[in-house]
Amino acid sequence: MKNTLIQLKHLYQRAGFGASPAMLQQASRHSVRRAVQDLFDDAQTPRPLHVVDPQRVGYSRKVLLEMVLQKGPLSEEQKKQYIRQIDQENRELIGDLNYAWITQMASGTSVLREKMTLFWHGHFACRSLNPTFVQRQNNTIRQHALGKFGDLLQAVAQDPAMLQFLNNQQNRKQSPNENFAREVMELFTLGRGHYSEQDIKEAARTFTGWGFNREGTFEIRKNQHDIGTKTIFGKTGPFDGSDTLSLILERPETAPFLVTKIYRYFVNDRPDPQIIQPLAAGFRKKDYDISWLMHEILTSDWFYRPENIGVNIKSPVELLVGFQRQLGLNFGQKQAVLYVQKALDQVLFYPPNVAGWPGGATWIDSSSLLLRMKLPEIILQAAQLNFKAKADGDVNTDYLAKRSNKPFLQTQFDWEAFAQPFAGLSTEALLDALSTYLLARPLLPSQRDLLLKHRKNNDLQDFTLGILTLPEYQLC
Amino acid sequence: MNRNEFIRRSALAAVGTWLIPDFVKAYERDQINTFRTNDKVLVIVQFSGGNDGLNTLIPFRNDIYYRERPKLAIPETKVLKLTDELALHPALEKLRSWYDQGYFRFLNNVGYPNPDRSHFRSMDIWHTASDASEYRQTGWIGRYLDAQCSGTCQPYQALEIDDQLSLSMKGERVKGLAVSDPKRLYQQTKNPFYQELARANHEAYANVDYLYKTLAETLSSSAYIHAKTDVTSTTASYPTHELGRRLKTVADFIRSGVDSNVYYVSHGSFDTHVNQQPKQEQLLRQYAEALDVFMQDLKAQHKLDKVLVLTFSEFGRRVKQNASNGTDHGTANCVFLAGGNLALDRQYQAVPDLSDLDQGDLKYKVDFRDLYATLLDHWLGINSVSVLGKPFPGLKLA
Repeated sequence: MKNTLIQLKHLYQRAGFGASPAMLQQASRHSVRRAVQDLFDDAQTPRPLHVVDPQRVGYSRKVLLEMVLQKGPLSEEQKKQYIRQIDQENRELIGDLNYAWITQMASGTSVLREKMTLFWHGHFACRSLNPTFVQRQNNTIRQHALGKFGDLLQAVAQDPAMLQFLNNQQNRKQSPNENFAREVMELFTLGRGHYSEQDIKEAARTFTGWGFNREGTFEIRKNQHDIGTKTIFGKTGPFDGSDTLSLILERPETAPFLVTKIYRYFVNDRPDPQIIQPLAAGFRKKDYDISWLMHEILTSDWFYRPENIGVNIKSPVELLVGFQRQLGLNFGQKQAVLYVQKALDQVLFYPPNVAGWPGGATWIDSSSLLLRMKLPEIILQAAQLNFKAKADGDVNTDYLAKRSNKPFLQTQFDWEAFAQPFAGLSTEALLDALSTYLLARPLLPSQRDLLLKHRKNNDLQDFTLGILTLPEYQLC
Repeated sequence: MNRNEFIRRSALAAVGTWLIPDFVKAYERDQINTFRTNDKVLVIVQFSGGNDGLNTLIPFRNDIYYRERPKLAIPETKVLKLTDELALHPALEKLRSWYDQGYFRFLNNVGYPNPDRSHFRSMDIWHTASDASEYRQTGWIGRYLDAQCSGTCQPYQALEIDDQLSLSMKGERVKGLAVSDPKRLYQQTKNPFYQELARANHEAYANVDYLYKTLAETLSSSAYIHAKTDVTSTTASYPTHELGRRLKTVADFIRSGVDSNVYYVSHGSFDTHVNQQPKQEQLLRQYAEALDVFMQDLKAQHKLDKVLVLTFSEFGRRVKQNASNGTDHGTANCVFLAGGNLALDRQYQAVPDLSDLDQGDLKYKVDFRDLYATLLDHWLGINSVSVLGKPFPGLKLA
């Protein structure tokens, strides 16, 4: 029983965003294997985000402006006013998308697919100021998140957000732009050192003409596409962009690159080549079937070994969603959730660059650790937030750094409901039970003593806050 | 009083029940030298958002400048002339006399190959000193900490006056400390639960160790800074805006002898796409006011020659103004050096060539990594290759 509970906690933490004590109690009546199967079953159907009406803003900002101009002659000042209004609306919508996704991750439905979407969101890191593109790319990734990697890659490569972000709109036969070709090899598939500069030059030619039209639909502009012969990885032919993606999937380096990244994210940020090598071989053989790979990982013995439990540092998004999942609370307002992401250096839809968030130990420095340790109090007790997130000087992201003094004043947390599984437990038993459910690994005696010593007048609240304040709570 | 004595006497006495964590004991015992490499200080002022260099260091003899910026160009009658061809924005008036005395200097056309026009990416490149096509996860000041004391540096040895730490301050083994208000940080870290937690045993897994090490270092750094600065505060009267407050904090740290060679502050936002003039004027005025008082303060302490202030922005802005009386993202830019007796050859002060542009933007002449190399080798006294990862020839000194 105890053993199953540890394994279930680990499973839900890594394949999802954690689980409440009540849910863990419920699940531990069955086997871990059954829980894995339930996760896959539950993740069958993608639940796309529906914040932005695709009809309304299925256009670029430029097209929207043209539509505005059709209303009649406008003065320069009126035009500027409209542009500012559209920009403002777009920023708000991207913020809404962010909050909607956080809420969806915390809803507990389709968690494996949501977690996988979050992983690929960091892998195919991309920024767009167009909320339609942001929503569409996120839904594209979600749709293929547990499918074949080849389909995911192809879909992302033909998605307007990425075409725009990596300048493929400017990739023309006469003057190829290598940005997309370079990043697809360096960051999305092969990794540095597994291709030549010549491979990039030639691959860039295969992507010439790939772009999107006014409605944001993918199209290959024939007169801009180079139909000539290209040589990539020593193979020669009149390749187009899809051929290049297939050639990349044929390379032996692609599967180990992807599996290492997935292993570091889902298993242990210190990769184990002994495990990764055969896993990557299988992944390639299974035609890059992501569900197969995840099933292998989540049902393996090594996934549940103690050295893989409670050793990875939670990303800010995992931390935020985890509070909701584990405690069953509702943040109740968007700006506070955006603000914490900004202050802890991970804002959904705003990755630092195309390489994504480096993760692991880079999440933690003096400031972020202190803020993370203070956060439970700020959220659960609506404590004051004495932390000013840095504005990065961009008019498009300034709104993220706005905050109020007590940002989580509207958060709803039902202590009574949370306490139910612990009914009737006396002080020490209560502490042991709480820490068993909230932490990945058992409390050490010294920490147990510390929590007992620092309790004030309400055991449940003091212990819960104390446990959430431990550095160990940052781990999953 | 040396550092070891200091820790014993003030930190211990001031913090009361505070027990020195193991890692502090370890280096006390081993007498590992974590002192500063020299007594020089580098203060970095970041103009966030991309400051318009052409309206900061103005090529007032250039017709193209006036032609491309019919509404934004600053008339020759208003500029503060420095050389025959370049002049400062009028809002920088307080820096004029420092320029005349040789304490305020500029470099022009500073940038890097294949410039990126996104704020985040370009700022990343300046912070990590990477190539435009390379993604590094550590910052140049962080790597300076890594190299300076073989990983035993303390966070307070590079201080950012802010709540959130910049990428430039994050090394592989050591990360600098963000502290916006030493008193407030101290209030937060003297929490008995945190203190006892930092001393409590924890499991010996890599990331657990890392979290506890970070916690212990944060608490001890905060106690150290607090004890050092509690006694003295500058009497100079700084402007009350944020940059003024931040530079005052830096001056307090320098005055009280905090063992740090590097300070970092940000100022902004300079992202002036719309109606640039009043916004840039306000920000530049604040900068000049604050820097003027800061330099007077240091001069009164006879420390002006020991403190060098570097001012940069992630990019300059397009030569041609846009339709909203603003400017869009550009490339090469001017950089300022103030204080400190490090003078660079005049060749770096060239007038920008507005007739030879790359997609409407200036072509860089000076790679900022050469400037970093010079600052590392000739100011901070550390081998720049160990920080930048590869050799940069550096800039010619005057």
